[in-house]
Amino acid sequence: MAEPSSATLSGARVGIGVSPGTAFGPVVQVAPPVRPPAGEPAAADPEAALVRIKAAFEGVAQDLTARAATADDTAQQILTATALIARDKGLIKAATKHLSAGKGPAAAVDAAVEDYAAQFTALGGYFAERVTDLRDVGSRALARLLGVPAPGIPPFSVPSVVVAEDLAPAETATLDRSLVVAIVTQAGGRTSHTAILAAQMGIPAVVQLPGATRIAPGTPIAVDGDTGEVTLNPTAQYVEDLVVRRRRRTAALVGSHGPGVTRDGHPVALLANIGGVEDAVQAAALDVEGVGLFRTEFVFLSSERAPTVAEQAEIYRQVLTPFGRRRVVVRTLDAGADKPLAFANLGPEENPALGRRGLRLSAERPDLLDSQLEALAIAARDTGADVRVMAPMVATAEEAAWFSRRVKENGLPKSGVMIEVPGAALRAEHVLAEVDFASLGTNDLAQYTMAADRMQGELSDLLDPWQPAVLDVIALACRGAAVTGTPIGVCGEAGGDPLLALVLVGLGVSSLSMAPSKVGIVRFALSLHSLPECQRLASLARDARTARDALDVVRAEARTGLTEIL
Amino acid sequence: MARRTVTIASSVGLHARPASLFVQAAAETGLDIEIAKKGEEPVDATSILAVMALGAEHGQEVELTAEGDGADAALDSLVELLSRDLDAE
Repeated sequence: MAEPSSATLSGARVGIGVSPGTAFGPVVQVAPPVRPPAGEPAAADPEAALVRIKAAFEGVAQDLTARAATADDTAQQILTATALIARDKGLIKAATKHLSAGKGPAAAVDAAVEDYAAQFTALGGYFAERVTDLRDVGSRALARLLGVPAPGIPPFSVPSVVVAEDLAPAETATLDRSLVVAIVTQAGGRTSHTAILAAQMGIPAVVQLPGATRIAPGTPIAVDGDTGEVTLNPTAQYVEDLVVRRRRRTAALVGSHGPGVTRDGHPVALLANIGGVEDAVQAAALDVEGVGLFRTEFVFLSSERAPTVAEQAEIYRQVLTPFGRRRVVVRTLDAGADKPLAFANLGPEENPALGRRGLRLSAERPDLLDSQLEALAIAARDTGADVRVMAPMVATAEEAAWFSRRVKENGLPKSGVMIEVPGAALRAEHVLAEVDFASLGTNDLAQYTMAADRMQGELSDLLDPWQPAVLDVIALACRGAAVTGTPIGVCGEAGGDPLLALVLVGLGVSSLSMAPSKVGIVRFALSLHSLPECQRLASLARDARTARDALDVVRAEARTGLTEIL
Repeated sequence: MARRTVTIASSVGLHARPASLFVQAAAETGLDIEIAKKGEEPVDATSILAVMALGAEHGQEVELTAEGDGADAALDSLVELLSRDLDAE
């Protein structure tokens, strides 16, 4: 991708919109980690250099301690422990050793940090995770030593647009929603964690914006999280238009509520994707018909041992209760080599995305699946909730049958499968005969159909759910579902794109699950179009030659009441 | 020189919160205190990185040593600390 020249720094540029909404505000740049300068000369006066190094580490420790004082419990413990690292005598000793060996002060600090990082990496597991904290301390000390901004998000008090190379999930999750009006990143992809979390939090976001990190802090920018358009130093007119569009959109959405239904009365359930108890409480308060995807990984990932049935049942009760009689579709544990579990590690794999993940891990460790199903059955009984359980990464009819039998044996009424493997979509008629419902995981389905790693932002074009090949695979799965009479929904990010939602409904999908912030616009889109119109749009999209053409033709043919507010 | 042997009671071993609490307590004594696993080189008990790198697990024995005034009392209090499941508190 060509880097824009500085001449375009005042104009507009386009990334990928991943979380809807528009915003306007000054830029806050997230500073990258600090590295020692290349070819730094040896310290002329090692004694003086050591004094500066000690002062740098002490400054970092004081910073962290001050931040700990105002943080909540969990953050406080982490910050206090990190301050201890900054005050560590061993670190100073190692730096001293490197100084006398002829390194410059910055290089000595870096080498001291890397000495310990190597030790911790070798120890593995919990220690390897602490390497991030250690390097963060080193990077902060380097920043003080070199007189450059500290890495991470600088403190700010005016509502702003946060701009970064990329944001770690933890950084995104701890953003203050009242101060962050939008997020823009140079890297990241449409299904990166930043994108998913931003949509979950209702913050407009654009990823893959060329030259994002070179925008000067404080520059006023306008962000359109739907089109991916970012405008630097926008004219008053542009901001005005943006505000008008936002107002029109808000006005359009105000009159739209209740269950999802097409203009001619065909119901399409509108559901929320959630990943934990907090999400559940928030989503349940909104106008959604239930949950189409409850990711249960969090129950397992933070734990060093397998959670007990009782512990799990308690968490599931907390998730189910807020939804009352509304449906909650639970996806069983989707772990694997890329999301390893401390207690069910099957070892490293060359290709984790193609390895023993999802249901394949459950086949190796049926005890984990059984304890999860047992806990879900207990929680369902205690709360009277409408619980439906589905398995991730199902490829064959045998797998679907195996899973369904276990679900029923545990006393749960409804079993389903995710359709994210193209093989399962091609053979949907046989796979779906074994279960009560199916849900298309469009992110993984696109990844596997186009053979493009969804974690690679550079491959975003291939991962575009508008790719006609992906639409064809979805159409095949829907045809199989029609033969067996099995309801089929979508729970990938594609379901939250109002234009694509029309196409999916036209292909035969009967429910759409998405980040809750996207439900309103999708409901509105459906209310303007009849089922035959959706079918026509679907057929136009599948006839297109490229992803771009598919989007363009649907945008051109959809009703203007929708397209004028997108 | 004062010397004590103690079994790590903390269920997660001597890292995370337990390590952090132990190192802070050792530093507060103001003495030179070392900690070692059986048959290994002792390390500075006031260095969080060194203590964590020790990798002392739940149920393992460690030896504490200290020099100077009040060494015995200081070690007694550290032994008491390591004998509790700090992570559960």
